[in-house]
Amino acid sequence: MNAIKNLDDLKKIREEALAKRKVTETSGATQVIVAMGTCGIAAGARETMKAVLEYIEAKNLPNIVVSQTGCIGLCEQEPILQVVSGQQEKVTYGKVSPDAARKIMQEHVEKGEVVGDFVIPSVG
Amino acid sequence: MTALQAELAAKGLADEVKVLETPRIGDCEKGPEILVYPENYHYIGLSVKDIPFLVEEQFLKGRPVTNLLAPPKKEEAQELREPTAKEVRVVLRNCGKINPENIEDYIAEDGYSALAKVITSMDSDQVIDTVKNSGLRGRGGAGFLTALKWGFTRDAVGDIRYIVCNADEGDPGAFMNRAVLEGDPHSVIEGMIIAAYAIGAQQGYIYCRAEYPIAVRTLEIAIEQARDLGLLGEHIFGTDFSFDLEVRQGAGAFVCGEETALIASIEGRRGEPRPRPPFPAVKGLFGKPTNINNVETYANIPQIILNGAEWFASMGTEKSKGTKTFALAGDVKKTGLIEVPFGITLRDIIFDVGGGIKDDLQFKAVQTGGPMGGCLPAEYLDLPMDYEKLTQAGSIMGSGGMVVMDEGTCMVDIARFFLEFIQDESCGKCVPCRVGTRRMLEILTRICEGNGREGDIELLEELSVEIRQDSLCGLGQGAPNPVVSTLQHFRDEYEIHIRDKKCPAKVCRALISYEIDPENCVGCTLCARNCPVDAISGEAKKTHVIDLDLCIRCGICNQVCNYNAVNVTT
Amino acid sequence: MTVTTKESRDVIKTVDEVVDEFHARSEELIPILMKLNQELGFISSEALERISTRMHIPQSQVYSVASFYHMINTKPTGRHVIKFCESAPCHVAGGREVWEAVQKELEIKPEETSKDGKWTLKTTSCLGVCAVGPVMMVDDDIYGNLTPDQLPDIFAKYQ
Repeated sequence: MNAIKNLDDLKKIREEALAKRKVTETSGATQVIVAMGTCGIAAGARETMKAVLEYIEAKNLPNIVVSQTGCIGLCEQEPILQVVSGQQEKVTYGKVSPDAARKIMQEHVEKGEVVGDFVIPSVG
Repeated sequence: MTALQAELAAKGLADEVKVLETPRIGDCEKGPEILVYPENYHYIGLSVKDIPFLVEEQFLKGRPVTNLLAPPKKEEAQELREPTAKEVRVVLRNCGKINPENIEDYIAEDGYSALAKVITSMDSDQVIDTVKNSGLRGRGGAGFLTALKWGFTRDAVGDIRYIVCNADEGDPGAFMNRAVLEGDPHSVIEGMIIAAYAIGAQQGYIYCRAEYPIAVRTLEIAIEQARDLGLLGEHIFGTDFSFDLEVRQGAGAFVCGEETALIASIEGRRGEPRPRPPFPAVKGLFGKPTNINNVETYANIPQIILNGAEWFASMGTEKSKGTKTFALAGDVKKTGLIEVPFGITLRDIIFDVGGGIKDDLQFKAVQTGGPMGGCLPAEYLDLPMDYEKLTQAGSIMGSGGMVVMDEGTCMVDIARFFLEFIQDESCGKCVPCRVGTRRMLEILTRICEGNGREGDIELLEELSVEIRQDSLCGLGQGAPNPVVSTLQHFRDEYEIHIRDKKCPAKVCRALISYEIDPENCVGCTLCARNCPVDAISGEAKKTHVIDLDLCIRCGICNQVCNYNAVNVTT
Repeated sequence: MTVTTKESRDVIKTVDEVVDEFHARSEELIPILMKLNQELGFISSEALERISTRMHIPQSQVYSVASFYHMINTKPTGRHVIKFCESAPCHVAGGREVWEAVQKELEIKPEETSKDGKWTLKTTSCLGVCAVGPVMMVDDDIYGNLTPDQLPDIFAKYQ
């Protein structure tokens, strides 16, 4: 990206970012987001993230976007993992151990079935 | 599609509403669908005759047409949780939603639009007036009117000015700032650039405690990305305004959260506070006018600029405007961060948003405002969160840490605990704090060890008055607060410790003993095997016995017993 | 002629590199000390002397700054440093039991280094992850939701 020299430049970046998001949503790609704030890491988020990435590699799953986010504020539920399938509502999972992560990848990401046991209501 | 476009054009909305054709959104058996963005309203089963009404309601009046909406999915219903209706996320709005290491995510959420508005269409007076009318008060704890501080710094004599962000969040139990720094660093950066513009500063520092290495890293990445886009550095937005930021780490000293100690630390010196006046606004970092604000104060600025002062002032109480983040910790079910408008009661925070006490035990007290805050008992649960009301009740708002305590907490032990922390962190410069807090700690330790004496309470009270009056900085001045507030609300507990040598909450080791109930003990030997000092004897399947001379009162036997056979008495 | 050991020369070299990185500016004293703390494990008297010479700051003043901040070690430490949070929220969440278990497991008291030079045990003030307390750090790794039974596995990870 080039430096922002005026309002239009900023607007352009914003629109491109929003469009990129839309494309991800409409393309049917699944987003898997792991909260990697310090509280998440203290609760084991690194191992959870590792399990997610290893699962994707082992099964060679296409069209998955894995990203990270900061502390959501639901610290006692950490590690927290969120799944956004295409344009569906985001589903937030709590206390996601590496085993739970693998289950969620298999059931929700691959088969589209929400794993009720780990779902937590989100905020905002 | 054609009908929609024609209707939009007829209502003059063709420029505002963009119509995009996409592949299927959801259940196409139900009929034509429209997804309205950014509100995310999903309409299904539409026919041409629905269009005029839909356009009028949705796009002209901004009201969704509920009978045409797709039914909510199961996950949505689960997300509609009553308690969070009390939360309003301003500072935390992006936390958990964006990737903090991607500046585009922030920009997509209107990031840096406030800065653009400020630089291209507002002058310093207008910015400061907006902040003034919003009623924003410093979120670090003192609650000083932000606009007033900015004005002082701007009008101070001198050419060089600095902007500093206090990210040395050291209050035990407080982690609000950490969440913002790790989850939405750009909100702070944008707030600082706007402040620099209003005040006329060229250089800024974010002083972040070294105990937050991830926050430090996230900030450094964010600053680099902002620089790459020209949002920091020379000629921001092509104007004459230039400003750059640097992260400075602390090195493990709680007192560096105090502004003059923080300045000393950035200057490479011992973090010892100095008397004020002169205030940093007039003579601060490197002797120059310096504006120091907390992370949360800066993080509010972009939203205030974008949504307006009235919007911010519409939330909260008469003197405490806007929202505040709180970190719930201790014996509450849902620990973590919340953000609520001022005016919400402690009861709502703890029992509604916080879900109540863990294991459904009895609420005993809540400490607000960090280690220099006060402990408030159940009578204060209906107190609205407001700077002045908290101070009147004998506590402080502080930075927002809230430690909830249940019936199993000994208030004398808690006071001793906080004082131990304060004593440890006292910089040592002034006698009232250095020596006074040490004397108070000695007295409290004696009381908890069963060596309390008649007159101890009066001595604590006397010391409290003097330490408060005569200490150089906020750490010393606030140090007696936990003791004063627990004495005020839980005096009987102190008296029982001193007079009867008992601890009603059964916490103070020297005043309790553990014994095995022969009625419940099945002789499983679990307690004996786990005892770190081999104080428990007994044969398998026979009642066990604790040797009180050896017992160190660690409580492990009580924890591991599955038969409720270990009792604590005082 | 003073004989400098290889270790001393390494210390001096490291100090010089770090001081140069920060352009020997006096206001960078704390970042310099923190970096040296990381590289050398602690600020020895040799390091103090070299810092003082390079930065033209009296040795007593350098020591005064180094000893003020908890995270800067002025004494040698073990191969791994454990920092256990001793603040109220962790305490209230069961920290006391875990703290005792840590000391029992490693057989050392706070501020002590184990005889085999492997562990140094320290307390730290709040790490800001109170909602997942009790919490401790082993070197740069952070562990939350601690219970005594997790400790052996955690400590076994470190050589």
